[in-house]
Amino acid sequence: MEARKLFRKILLSAAVFGLMASGEASAAGNKLVLDGSTTVGPIAKAFAAQFTKTNGVEVTVSESGSGNGAKSLINGTCDIADMSRPMKDAELSAAKIKGVNPVKNIVALDGLAMIVHPSNRVRNLSRAQIRGIYTGAYTNWSQIGGPNAPIVMIQRESNSGTQDAFKELVLKDGDTVSSRAETQASNGAVKSRVATTPTAIGFVGLGFAGRSVKSVAVDGVLPSAGAVRNGSYPLHRQLYMYTNGQPAGNVKKFVDMPKSPIGKRIISETGFVNYY
Amino acid sequence: MQASSLQNCNVMNGDGNATEGRSSAFVVSARKRKLQQITRTAGESTLFLIAAFVAVIVLFIFYFVARDAVPFFEIRGFREFFTDTRWYPADEPPVFGALSIIYGSLMVTVGSALIAIPMGVAAAICLSDVLPFSVRQYVKPVIEMLAAIPSVAFGFFALVIFAPMLQNHGGSILMWSWWIMATPLILLMIVVGAELVSSRIEDDRRRKVAQRVLLVVMGALALLILILVGFRLRSIEIMTGTNALNVSIILSFMALPTIVSVAEDALQAVGRDLREGSYALGATRAETIIKTILPAASSGILAGVILGIMRALGETMVVWMASGNSAHIPEPWYNYLDSVRTLTATIAGDMGEADQVTGSARFHVLFAMGLLLLVISFVSNFISERIVVRQRKILSGQ
Repeated sequence: MEARKLFRKILLSAAVFGLMASGEASAAGNKLVLDGSTTVGPIAKAFAAQFTKTNGVEVTVSESGSGNGAKSLINGTCDIADMSRPMKDAELSAAKIKGVNPVKNIVALDGLAMIVHPSNRVRNLSRAQIRGIYTGAYTNWSQIGGPNAPIVMIQRESNSGTQDAFKELVLKDGDTVSSRAETQASNGAVKSRVATTPTAIGFVGLGFAGRSVKSVAVDGVLPSAGAVRNGSYPLHRQLYMYTNGQPAGNVKKFVDMPKSPIGKRIISETGFVNYY
Repeated sequence: MQASSLQNCNVMNGDGNATEGRSSAFVVSARKRKLQQITRTAGESTLFLIAAFVAVIVLFIFYFVARDAVPFFEIRGFREFFTDTRWYPADEPPVFGALSIIYGSLMVTVGSALIAIPMGVAAAICLSDVLPFSVRQYVKPVIEMLAAIPSVAFGFFALVIFAPMLQNHGGSILMWSWWIMATPLILLMIVVGAELVSSRIEDDRRRKVAQRVLLVVMGALALLILILVGFRLRSIEIMTGTNALNVSIILSFMALPTIVSVAEDALQAVGRDLREGSYALGATRAETIIKTILPAASSGILAGVILGIMRALGETMVVWMASGNSAHIPEPWYNYLDSVRTLTATIAGDMGEADQVTGSARFHVLFAMGLLLLVISFVSNFISERIVVRQRKILSGQ
């Protein structure tokens, strides 16, 4: 008897908890929420600081990867999705089902820098060689003009826009990245692994290729802002901020920042290339 | 015996209190008694609710994970998941072979257990039976503080400091750790071995000579082995520092406080009477520890070991940061210097992209992995529980 009463109480409290959980969190009016690509992150954060200073609007920026950014926009948990790749068809159709209309706003251009340890004597790689490294055809640096040492290749996890861009720009249809490739969770982690591993190769956004690693030329062209803008560097892509519907109000002001002089300055300061 | 008598005691206490309450000499008004009864019921049911809630949470987790794992097996079947080593969830067409990932999980768990269990049990014995009480008071909290370090800090250390260290000085690190760990062990084996072999010789003088000769011969042999293996280890070049060895070592540090703490409590619980009984029979401290205390505390030690291993199996952040995350079975299979990918790291790493948006198999496969982890920990918890119960029965002589 007693036990049954208690059981009823448990059910009741479970129901109450359920009700509490189903209440939806809604975004406040005077606040912008950004989520998405770790590549766009530095631009978004610098923009956010500037935006708060000039407009007094609180901006939060999360970096969880392009895939998560798209997901957040579709689920309505962010106002702007930072993405380092265009939305996929599957994401667009999922958005349509949820009544979200993603609009693409170009922020900047980014090159994908192939980075190696500063002590590595390899200076130039063709796109075919990079493809050979990552598909597992080349396993030793001596096969591509380097020292006799096995290649440690580093990729990004599957929800990274940088990873998608790499696959699109370097691999061919039907290629798979070798299962020996190590996976790191961010541009910074890839850079730190390459900077500390003499035999490693990795790819990061142009802005991340700092002094602790060496960028190699791809098809004879070194990655640089100029080479990305005029298209001579083969591994380049556009970076986006997706909005739900045509941007308006604060959202519009924010995504228009790349066109303003101060926005352009921020973009080149963070190591990216201006589109406008 | 101990446990059951303790239980009896509790029951008796409970009964005693109850009867005392009823026949109490205090005059308590009916209203007051009723109030007391109500508060008692309220308090008890609140406690019960909380306890039940915890149990319900476990069931809920199991239910929801299983609910989202089943569709994966409906779509792709069991065979690919458990027998294929290729893990390409984002490719076209996708391949969801988790064998290499399951293997990676087992590899780092076994590796960390191999390091953490001997170290943890040895430390627990040292704390409970070797160190004086005043020292132990300070050492134990320090060891337990290891558990308070957040896993991301361990991961950061593993990735930024330990991995490059393994790459740059891997060979010498391996050589020195081999020497440090193997030397005392081999010394002990030589001494005990010489003693055992020579004890068969009846004549006193000849036995002593034989013992000395044995010590010298075996010592020289051991020295040769120590040096040869050491130099062989030093010649190893570690290509990537984010590998199974790195993670195993860091995970063993994370499992240590659990093992030490629980095992030490178990050793303490053996009690003074058993120890003194053993000494009274003329046993040395080593004999007392090995033959009396360890067997008596074995169930508690085992519980600590299982808890520690579960911590290693379930740990995500360190593994995700420092294991390299390459989904392949190392070649050869025991190569701890190769990078691996584990179940937990795969769930953490692939969760972002994997929702209904990008195809359901890719979403549900992560739940399948979660279910597998849950099942593994439930089964090992269950087994350890059985062993503990059986051990207790044997010890109590039932």
